[in-house]
Amino acid sequence: MAPTRREFLKIAGFSAVGLALPFLPSLAFDQAGTPTAGSSSPAVQGPLPALKAKRWAMTVEPRKCRPDCTDCIAACHLEHNVPDFRNPKDDIHWISLEKVEHVFPAETHPRLPESITKLPVPVLCNHCENPPCVRVCPTQATFKRADGIVMMDYHRCIGCRFCMAACPYGSRSMNWRDPRPFVRKINPAFPTRTKGVVEKCNFCEERLARGILPACVIACKDKALAFGDQEDPRSDVRLILDKCLSLRRRPELGTGPRVYYIL
Amino acid sequence: MKLYNRGMVIAGIVAFLIAATFPLWYGRGKAVPPPDLKLDTPALERLKEKRCIESTTYMRASHMKLLAAWRDDVVREGKRTYTAADGRIHQISLTGTCLNCHSNKDKFCDRCHDYSGAKPACWSCHIIPEEVR
Repeated sequence: MAPTRREFLKIAGFSAVGLALPFLPSLAFDQAGTPTAGSSSPAVQGPLPALKAKRWAMTVEPRKCRPDCTDCIAACHLEHNVPDFRNPKDDIHWISLEKVEHVFPAETHPRLPESITKLPVPVLCNHCENPPCVRVCPTQATFKRADGIVMMDYHRCIGCRFCMAACPYGSRSMNWRDPRPFVRKINPAFPTRTKGVVEKCNFCEERLARGILPACVIACKDKALAFGDQEDPRSDVRLILDKCLSLRRRPELGTGPRVYYIL
Repeated sequence: MKLYNRGMVIAGIVAFLIAATFPLWYGRGKAVPPPDLKLDTPALERLKEKRCIESTTYMRASHMKLLAAWRDDVVREGKRTYTAADGRIHQISLTGTCLNCHSNKDKFCDRCHDYSGAKPACWSCHIIPEEVR
């Protein structure tokens, strides 16, 4: 039942008082008097609290993409010091654009309209519910976090590339050479990788810890990418997923991808 | 028993012994000066009390263990702050926290690592802010 105007005004009034309370001088003095050992200062925590979720997920709407736009790729690769070897054989990508027929081979057929087949589809690590890369990694360098992010511990990676063979989506890239000289502009806030290490998208977990959404999502001016908790009915991802048909890449493999495509 | 090429063999043995024992007698009586670590970076000058995150003795002996624990905390546990013994809270970051104060890596980290023959692999990935600028 929707609240009446009277109830709404009451709630709004109480909320305003609640918001103003911490700024009242007497209360602020009380807080300053309590010992703060064990609590962290804002400078240490960063300006925003960390974003947390039960299961992070992403939705991609390639129809919203502008032709020839590569903003998401540029932002991601700048953020994470992804090298550009200027050679397709050694190509390293965390996010890239693919043709529909390559992303959804089973769903493609000769009668698809050109408006669909010509779409550039952003592809990235699917952060699978049942990730094959994690199963095969002999050193547990790749592991799944409690919030569903499939992470890489580059310190442990021995470059065996089992994960690259196991991943059905080609989301992983190998550093055949030292990548440092091939990073166009180094972002000091994120490490580079070293020779003989596999790398991939990390759903910007370092940004989530600082309370910021992933770089590709922020960079997309057309709002083709949305990010959120798929267990939270009010998240951006669920608002999109709940109202239309969404596809996942190769669901028959049972990997449980968490990047959803709306075509 | 006949020793063929006696002169060459004996000269060879002598040369080998001299070369093999070279490190023992060459440095004898000489003390290599301990590395001169510089603590005069701008960030350290600004500190009222020159204190690392833990005591100097602990940091000198166990900074590598602390860094290994930090690495696992951040990457595997997602824990990004460290509470020191005295209750201060620090951001866990090699580039951001350690090198923020010790911005003179070549006059601090490297001097001691070179002296003790330690070759940490940190810098093949982690960025030295000085080098990027």
